[in-house]
Amino acid sequence: MKKAAIHLEDLSISYGKTPVVFDVEFSVAEGESFALVGESGSGKSTILRAISGLAPDWTGKISVLGKPRGHAPDRAFAKTCQMVFQDPYGSLHPRKTVDDCLAEPLAVHGIGGRDTRVKDMLDAVGLDQRFRFRFPHQLSGGQRQRVAIARALMLEPRVMLLDEPTSALDVSVQAEILNLLKKLRREQGLTYLMVTHNLPVVSFLCDRMAVMRHGRVVEIAKVDALKTGRLANPYSRELYAASGGTLQPA
Amino acid sequence: MSAPLLDIENLTVTFPTSRGPVDVVKGISFSLGRERLGIVGESGSGKSMTGRSILRLIRKPGRVTADRMTFDGIDLLSQSERQMRELRGARISMVMQDPKFSLNPVMTIGDQIGEALLTHGKLPRRELKARVLSMLEAVRINEPERVANLYPHEVSGGMGQRVMIAMMLIPEPDLLIADEPTSALDVSVQAQVLDIIDDLVTGKGMGLILISHDLNLVSRYCDRILVMNSGEIVESCKAGDLNKATHAYTKGLLAAMPRMDEERDELPVLDRSTWTTGAGT
Amino acid sequence: MIDWLLDDSPTSRLQANLGRAWRVWTALLRNPLAVVGALIVLVLVVMAIFAPLIAPYSPVGQDLANRLMPPSAEHWMGTDELGRDIYSRVVYGARITLLIVTMVAVIAAPIGLVVGAVSGYFGGWVDRVLMGVTDIFLSMPKLILALAFVAALGPGIENAIIAIAITAWPVYARIARAETITFRDSEFISAVRLQGASATRVILRHVLPLCASSTIVRVTLDMAGIILTAAGLGFLGLGAQPPLPEWGAMISRGRNFILDQWWVATMPGFAIILVSLGFCFLGDGLRDVLDPKQGEKQ
Repeated sequence: MKKAAIHLEDLSISYGKTPVVFDVEFSVAEGESFALVGESGSGKSTILRAISGLAPDWTGKISVLGKPRGHAPDRAFAKTCQMVFQDPYGSLHPRKTVDDCLAEPLAVHGIGGRDTRVKDMLDAVGLDQRFRFRFPHQLSGGQRQRVAIARALMLEPRVMLLDEPTSALDVSVQAEILNLLKKLRREQGLTYLMVTHNLPVVSFLCDRMAVMRHGRVVEIAKVDALKTGRLANPYSRELYAASGGTLQPA
Repeated sequence: MSAPLLDIENLTVTFPTSRGPVDVVKGISFSLGRERLGIVGESGSGKSMTGRSILRLIRKPGRVTADRMTFDGIDLLSQSERQMRELRGARISMVMQDPKFSLNPVMTIGDQIGEALLTHGKLPRRELKARVLSMLEAVRINEPERVANLYPHEVSGGMGQRVMIAMMLIPEPDLLIADEPTSALDVSVQAQVLDIIDDLVTGKGMGLILISHDLNLVSRYCDRILVMNSGEIVESCKAGDLNKATHAYTKGLLAAMPRMDEERDELPVLDRSTWTTGAGT
Repeated sequence: MIDWLLDDSPTSRLQANLGRAWRVWTALLRNPLAVVGALIVLVLVVMAIFAPLIAPYSPVGQDLANRLMPPSAEHWMGTDELGRDIYSRVVYGARITLLIVTMVAVIAAPIGLVVGAVSGYFGGWVDRVLMGVTDIFLSMPKLILALAFVAALGPGIENAIIAIAITAWPVYARIARAETITFRDSEFISAVRLQGASATRVILRHVLPLCASSTIVRVTLDMAGIILTAAGLGFLGLGAQPPLPEWGAMISRGRNFILDQWWVATMPGFAIILVSLGFCFLGDGLRDVLDPKQGEKQ
């Protein structure tokens, strides 16, 4: 088996004194696309925040590409793992142009050739060059999300954490972003860890998924089980039925 | 079929911008009996504006014009602001997307529901309380006595939305407009809330306009569907016939949705240029 | 030119920023009160720069034969007890007023911004210590505190400026902290943190630009207060020293003659009121166009 891109062991996370995630364990292989699904409050986003260092109160083990993670964001980690957020309206600085936004990670890490890198990245995420000096309020939701994805890719990370990347978007725009994420993964061999509540999106983009409820993983299944409706756990099956799927015996 | 409950002809909603007036709703016509009508569209399609203009809730400088806009024989356009206030809530109700913003944070839930009833007529105290509790039961809240004494921040999103529905339905309106009533909720709660709306609407023989971006959801809970795109109705069909949709936009929307058993390598993307001239949003 | 500024697809950073500035400017022009305010402030600036060309007499030249003359064609605002032309003194006084407000703004606003942003961004004990200090300063009346500082440092313009600046910054710290807290946990700040940016960089490059507009608005609105405090210090003889034509000091001298020679105290008083009003109007207008919660969304 290949080296694990993300490996979690006995991971428990709390916000202040409130525990929200309990003893979670799973591994995501390199190049795999793994989904965390569940309803709001199930702790799925919290896991992403713990891995990235935004939720520092955790115990257990987190390692990314074989390296153990600390409890805060750090510069070396930034180059291997980046995150895309849910809300395209809240994840871009309102006073900075697309260009500023994409050049910032390069400036932080002292990487040169910013001009060409920004231009290339705009091409890669399918944004026309004329968007380069626009402010976020001059962009639509889908365009903003493309910028957010571009920003995450500027440091050429190997692992991407995706927090509901399409749930705030219209159906037709969602399709464009999903296609883009699939294309980028294929071209750059990225590993995805995606949080979503939308099971059909998992079916389109992911290889495996973990179903979470009340801070615990109740089932880890291959995407085939989802496609055929053969999930084992009663809660997963409930979720599947509520999303409009037709259940089959497990 | 008797005279329709709601009859709208050539409804236009206009907003002035720095580059001249823009029509957000471009002369749409439809009518509604005591049935469930779904209006589907993406953001910016004008679906919410349509809902709001029925209640004359479009704020200045927006302007609503129509050749005809009647509700149960009443001409909505010629009503004074005061007459409209009497209609709102009593005969036409609206459920909004997020209960967090529509409930008064410093009043208990029971008081708020009671007030919705009191503004449209007087009732003795005891009867009022009984009505509130039975309404809470109707929206499937288990311990109505306890919940009635809670404040909005003490209940979950799903329960908040059910409280909203109770509040909107207690004056027994003839028409309920639900604007994305479940978008802020989890999938399993979504179904519950919609089932409640569905039960009450069909039970009381009300009209329902369900506004949503979710085609599947609307087709499950409505009799008829209007698909809107950039201010126009591009498709109007029976809910069951959605898969036989004819307009390119509707077909595109249906195809763009990933399915549970997705095998396509790439999702088809809407080619907006085929039916609109303006830039998409 | 205007098309270039309003281009939806700017081709350079400069064009994008100029375009934004232009939009703010045109929005400001649509507010009549703001235009009045801007004009008053503009007149103040022009008067300060070109004082020698505008003033008909020397601001300090005495002419004892013509003392306490009422307003006339020769002396538009009359003369004071030493025969100095009040109009010329008011014009030169614009220099002192402008010097005081700019210096106070330049000293107090950045201190307040940084203290507030650091306090809001880090939270915890940093926040408690910094805000404790801020609250101590905030709890004392401005003029009294300024008086105490001037008393300790000695009277004079420079000390008056320092004293006013010391009393002015806590407000900006409070504003900056409140703003910072609202977007400290927002996703765009999280995103730069995840890119490995240091706390200093996040605060300077990402947090401060967002606090800037509300601070600019607040500073403009505070200008009136600063002018009044400066005038108050001058009036009490602790600000600019004679024979400098400081407006507050002029009123103070005119007090002796207020019943018989009303113009001596009234003319500089008008100047103070007018300029304070100008800054208030401008500040109100700026709030409408700069406030990130109102603008930007359209």
